[in-house]
Amino acid sequence: MLIWHAVLSAQQQQPQRFPRPEFEGGYVFPERQYPDQRGPIWEYVDVAVLVIALSITSWMVIKKRSRKGILLMSVFSLAYFGFYRQGCICAIGSVQNISLALFSKDYAIPLSVLMFFMVPLLFALLFGRVFCASVCPMGAIQELTGFRQVRVPVWLNSTLSAIPFVYLGLAVLFSATGSDFIICRYDPFVGIFRREAPYTMVIFGSLLLITGIFVNRPYCRYLCPHGVLQRIFSSFSVRHLKISPDECKSCRLCESGCPYDAILRSDAVREDEQVSKPFNGSLPYLLIVPVLAAGLGILMYNLSPVLSGASADVRLAREIKLERDKGIKATSKAATAFLESGKTEDSLYAEEARITGRFRKGAPWVGIFLGLSLGIGLFRFTIRNIRTEYEPDRGRCYSCGKCFKFCPVKAKTQ
Amino acid sequence: MESKEDKFSTRREFVKTAGRLAAIIPLAAIPVVLSKKEKVRGYVWQIDPMKCTACEQCRTNCIMTPSAVKCTNANPMCGYCDFCPGYLRQGAKKYSTAAEDQLCPTGAITRRFVEEPYFEYTIDEKLCDGCSKCVKGCGDFGNGSLYLQIMHNLCQNCNQCAIARKCPSDAVIRVPASRPYIRKDEGAENRAKVARMMKVRPPFHKWDFPPDIELSQSC
Repeated sequence: MLIWHAVLSAQQQQPQRFPRPEFEGGYVFPERQYPDQRGPIWEYVDVAVLVIALSITSWMVIKKRSRKGILLMSVFSLAYFGFYRQGCICAIGSVQNISLALFSKDYAIPLSVLMFFMVPLLFALLFGRVFCASVCPMGAIQELTGFRQVRVPVWLNSTLSAIPFVYLGLAVLFSATGSDFIICRYDPFVGIFRREAPYTMVIFGSLLLITGIFVNRPYCRYLCPHGVLQRIFSSFSVRHLKISPDECKSCRLCESGCPYDAILRSDAVREDEQVSKPFNGSLPYLLIVPVLAAGLGILMYNLSPVLSGASADVRLAREIKLERDKGIKATSKAATAFLESGKTEDSLYAEEARITGRFRKGAPWVGIFLGLSLGIGLFRFTIRNIRTEYEPDRGRCYSCGKCFKFCPVKAKTQ
Repeated sequence: MESKEDKFSTRREFVKTAGRLAAIIPLAAIPVVLSKKEKVRGYVWQIDPMKCTACEQCRTNCIMTPSAVKCTNANPMCGYCDFCPGYLRQGAKKYSTAAEDQLCPTGAITRRFVEEPYFEYTIDEKLCDGCSKCVKGCGDFGNGSLYLQIMHNLCQNCNQCAIARKCPSDAVIRVPASRPYIRKDEGAENRAKVARMMKVRPPFHKWDFPPDIELSQSC
């Protein structure tokens, strides 16, 4: 504060090179009107549209069971949240704002951003991943362009599904330390919404869209960090999409209907083999969870110096240090500006130490989160309950409704 | 078998309820924790003209083409010079409006005669692409009345400003959305007001150093 005032007063005292002219002809200084942002009311309109869109989709998914309705909602979301609002504000990126607000004293979160984070997760807890189904513009653009269905082998699918967890962990770590907003920076579709992007992201986005024609929703399945949270919340959802409107006949017709392999098979069709794996027998495997959590925690702690390179300050400090110690000339623009600015090296190193310290504190927690998710994921392979009907895997199901048409069972009319 | 099935279903129910609770608690806690902080309507990105070094990064790094950064003239600070170092190219033959004498590559600055010997300079923002050549000229040789600002009718207010990431002098900062411009022609009191509102220090706004540090210390 004081420094700011010092800067301001210094600016004020600095004499002008050319004195302000004294006009005789009654000249008045033109008053410049600076354009404002769109009014704050529109942010609340966005939140209202989000809530309404989520409610309609939930109704379409659970009560109406209409794939056409879900597709229409996708078109609307793509038009409104995508092309009209240009992909910003979005729930996927908001997780970074939350973590920045939680871990940094300097940033307070606007209410609308908080709502964009909370409301989709709340709906996931109530009705499953209805946000992914047709409210998220990124999901919508992939939903509308997925024409063919190519199955991904189970082992590949499971392995690639681990990427979003790492992405989420890193995104939270980088934003909590104020270093980078990687989700926004590597958003593949925002360039399409804005029709303006760096060419690398245009190529990445187009490649994803082309892949998505065959392997549906590649971003949602193998990259989306918000999808991780949706997956966790949706696993415990109160109500969820059902494949069959009434009693499942275990006719196997829906088996091929899901492009995401999110349909869990009914065991009624194969009574010959014992498929149940009881919980008690697999209890020792539960030990893998703390072991993995501890291991990955330690690994991430040791990686924290590398990870802290994401911060521009740390990179600058290292560059300056390299010049001082080894005589390698610091040539980056940031280094030139630093040398010209007259800031002291000590303050730069202090800043570097502060940021790396935060990384050292945060990185083990990311490791623990990754270890827990991986451990629980592996542990779930060891247990198996007998199912009497085909049902969607609540974590992985996008509630897209593609399976509806495969079910021959008609709802009983009352 | 019957009882075992029951046990299974109750354990599943237990895991489900526990999971639901575990999911709700952080979801409910986040707004409680965050509401203790100062309420803001939001932030927007803006260039602090006191830190800007007119390095031309704004023109190319903005996600918009042409950039949302535009030059603006603080008329009360302007010297209304006939020889304007922001308008005329160095080594220009005449002080005129001829294209070959102009510094601005897009011809976005208009020069209008007011009265002897004063000329008024205005920026045509439709033509300006934020290259900051004029800002450098005016800052080096003139009063520094030409300066860059992010225009909020064009700015998409990205979560992380692409210019802020590249700005070598950390001049692109988050400011409160209620005071979206840092104007050079405002009085000191007004600017102090902005400074007070920036008590919540925006992120990516790194060091503030006292202005009296000598250049020779680091070189």
